[in-house]
Amino acid sequence: MSVGEEGYSAAGEVSLIKARRTFRANVWRGLKSAPPTALFGLTVISIYLIFAIFAPWLAPYGEAEIFPMSYAPWGDEFLFGTDQLGRDVLSRLIYGARNTIGIAVATTFLAFLIGGCLGIAAAISQNWLDHLLSRSVDVLMAIPSLIFALMLLSIFGSTATNLIIIIAILDSTRVFRITRAVSLNVVVMDYVESAKLRGEGLGWIMRKEILPNIMPPLVAEFGLRFCFVFLTIAALSFLGVGIQPPTADWGSMVRETAGLIQFAEYDITAAMTPMLPAAAIALLTVAVNFVVDWFLHKTSGLKD
Amino acid sequence: MNTKNKGGKGDILLEMRDIVIDGFSDDRWHPIIKGIDLTLRRGEIMGLIGESGAGKSTLGLASMGFARPGCKITRGSIVFDGKDLMKASEAEKRELRGSRIAYVAQSAAASFNPAHKLLEQTIEAAVRHGISTEQEARADARKLFAELQLPDPNNIGDRYPHQVSGGQLQRVMTAMAMSSRPDLIIFDEPTTALDVTTQVEVLASMRQIVEHFHTAAIYITHDLAVVAQMADVIKVLRYGETVENADTRTMLSHPEKEYTKSLWSVRSIEKAEEESEDIILKTEGVDAGYGGGIKVLDNVSIEVPRGHTVAVVGESGSGKSTAARVITGLLPQSKGQVLFNGKALPPALKDRSTEQLKKIQMIYQSADTAMNPRHTVRDIIGRPLEFYLGLKGKALDKRLLELLELIELDETFVDRLPAEMSGGQKQRVCIARALAAEPDLIICDEVTSALDQIVQKGILSLLLRLQKELGITYIFITHDIATVKAISDQIVVMYQGGVVEQGMKSEILAPPYPDYTQLLLSSVPEMDPDWLTGLLKERNQG
Repeated sequence: MSVGEEGYSAAGEVSLIKARRTFRANVWRGLKSAPPTALFGLTVISIYLIFAIFAPWLAPYGEAEIFPMSYAPWGDEFLFGTDQLGRDVLSRLIYGARNTIGIAVATTFLAFLIGGCLGIAAAISQNWLDHLLSRSVDVLMAIPSLIFALMLLSIFGSTATNLIIIIAILDSTRVFRITRAVSLNVVVMDYVESAKLRGEGLGWIMRKEILPNIMPPLVAEFGLRFCFVFLTIAALSFLGVGIQPPTADWGSMVRETAGLIQFAEYDITAAMTPMLPAAAIALLTVAVNFVVDWFLHKTSGLKD
Repeated sequence: MNTKNKGGKGDILLEMRDIVIDGFSDDRWHPIIKGIDLTLRRGEIMGLIGESGAGKSTLGLASMGFARPGCKITRGSIVFDGKDLMKASEAEKRELRGSRIAYVAQSAAASFNPAHKLLEQTIEAAVRHGISTEQEARADARKLFAELQLPDPNNIGDRYPHQVSGGQLQRVMTAMAMSSRPDLIIFDEPTTALDVTTQVEVLASMRQIVEHFHTAAIYITHDLAVVAQMADVIKVLRYGETVENADTRTMLSHPEKEYTKSLWSVRSIEKAEEESEDIILKTEGVDAGYGGGIKVLDNVSIEVPRGHTVAVVGESGSGKSTAARVITGLLPQSKGQVLFNGKALPPALKDRSTEQLKKIQMIYQSADTAMNPRHTVRDIIGRPLEFYLGLKGKALDKRLLELLELIELDETFVDRLPAEMSGGQKQRVCIARALAAEPDLIICDEVTSALDQIVQKGILSLLLRLQKELGITYIFITHDIATVKAISDQIVVMYQGGVVEQGMKSEILAPPYPDYTQLLLSSVPEMDPDWLTGLLKERNQG
């Protein structure tokens, strides 16, 4: 009554072998099926990145170069005119991309490093450490973050480093929460238990067993967090405690030229000057959101 | 009571001709069902049997004219009581479903709305379809509850789904299907998630009610012994095609195809037991529990002889897996000790040395969750080699291939991800991961229960061969007596956190039995269509 041994082989068992695609093929496939909004977002982000990286070659003048004519009108020499000190607005816009985006990206990375590590550690330990971290995060989140950041920046001084550290810590609370939540679903898996049984340390379990399985929601969150950080920095700069002059930055550019808006009835182009950095901020935020939406849609399985 | 072999008396109720169903995956449509014919008469019970992926459930749903999202019926005709479902509109089909054709799903717990009482959900279909008024339906549901032998039939309907057990919920679901007195019920693996002891009760009540109302049924399962109790005719499916079609008795006594025979081949492995005095692991009076002072294990003492297999049997909740967690150190015991090679193991995992961890390895029930979906076979098997033995580069690769050969896979598997392997292959990789550590003791926690019969047989013979070649000791946790017979030397029977008895296989599996062992052994379905009838008669007399 037994089946012939030679008729059965474990390696010959039918299994679901999907054609393994290379990373490049996967990216290409993803792009081809992307909705127009996502393509728009990707295009805008790439243009911003090009400007940020090649700013010194693309900008007609230096970032802090001062010309004798302040508040110059739009024209051939200065495409978008000059500001109150006589600096070229176009050049400062281009350099501003570099500074504002650079600082926002650095801050977001730091926030993810802090929040992500602590979040996974809390999910694995599920003991006093988890309670301590979760409650501390609750306390931090109870304080309105913009006001808290304002206060801390006035205490420690508004250098770029302080700005990055303070905003990163305040934003890592949100990252902590989402990382802990998604990790909780992974730490109960048998493979994590199996790694513990093997005697693996916390670091290995965090990096090798959990992190690869929670990447998609974290990547999406990274995009959203970046937007918030970016807006916070712009807001702080607008209030005068963010990125300090002479470093070009979109938030402070809006503040410095905001007064021009009242001349709209005499010179529409002059009134547009404060709108340019504001529009740059808005456009990037919208573009990143489009891309994140698409990514979330793709990875969460909400396809229909 | 006996309805066997009465097929042919009723008129044809359901006729499916040349059904082809396509499923969408990997950007393409693949055929899942490749031209199957099916004829069911009134009052007849048909068993659909096959491995996972054979298309049983898809075919079962198709008999209601329904295809799951991502599937479509591309060809064939489905005639239910003279009505062609392929041509019927959605509204017409909706009229049939729930009133004349009912469906009982595998996981009753997932099919009930947790926010409504059982009675409301039971009568919903009958009331909606206007078959009876709410008052009548309620009274009728209570009668059905009684007939299905649910405890306290008059009031059980006022409970919520989480307030009754899994077996009871499955019976309530049968009552729900029955409430509109359908002509056809489709049972989709209704007892797969239940314990053997519960399964018997559910099977008996299902069979009784189906016979009572002379309802036709399609019973989908992968367990041939179960289907033998229920069905008049059996249809064996594989890869979306019919393998064999016969009435139950013929199928059991004279299967024609090799494949059909292989479906119960696990029962053909038989291991000769061996005695041994050399004890590798011993638990002495172990108590353990989870937070809040709930005691799960009570004074558990087990002895495991070196190079042999101890099977731990018992229903779910009996403390089998908890005992394994204590031995591995995941759950420190509150009392007693675990001796390994004569020395006491530290209770907590973090106090154990790498050498101690290396010697005891574990294989899990579900290979899907036991392997990180983002790791390749190389990562999975290579890590213990690197971690315990410090192997690197070429030495690691060489050992990796040796291990793959040992589990009867080849080098083409090295770069595969878990999702790219079949269930049996995945379990083999888990075995290789345990072997990579060169352990003395492997704890196997229900390692074959999620697999199909033919794959089970492969895994069990692999484990036996490895034991013979490498002298490994197994603690084999299972609830399946056929598996126990196939692999064990000694048996430990557990019930409610305590050990009922431990002894050699031949002693435990021979009378006289303690009451619980008797109940457990007699509840395992046998390959005999009269088994359930006989068992029930016996229990009623006793």
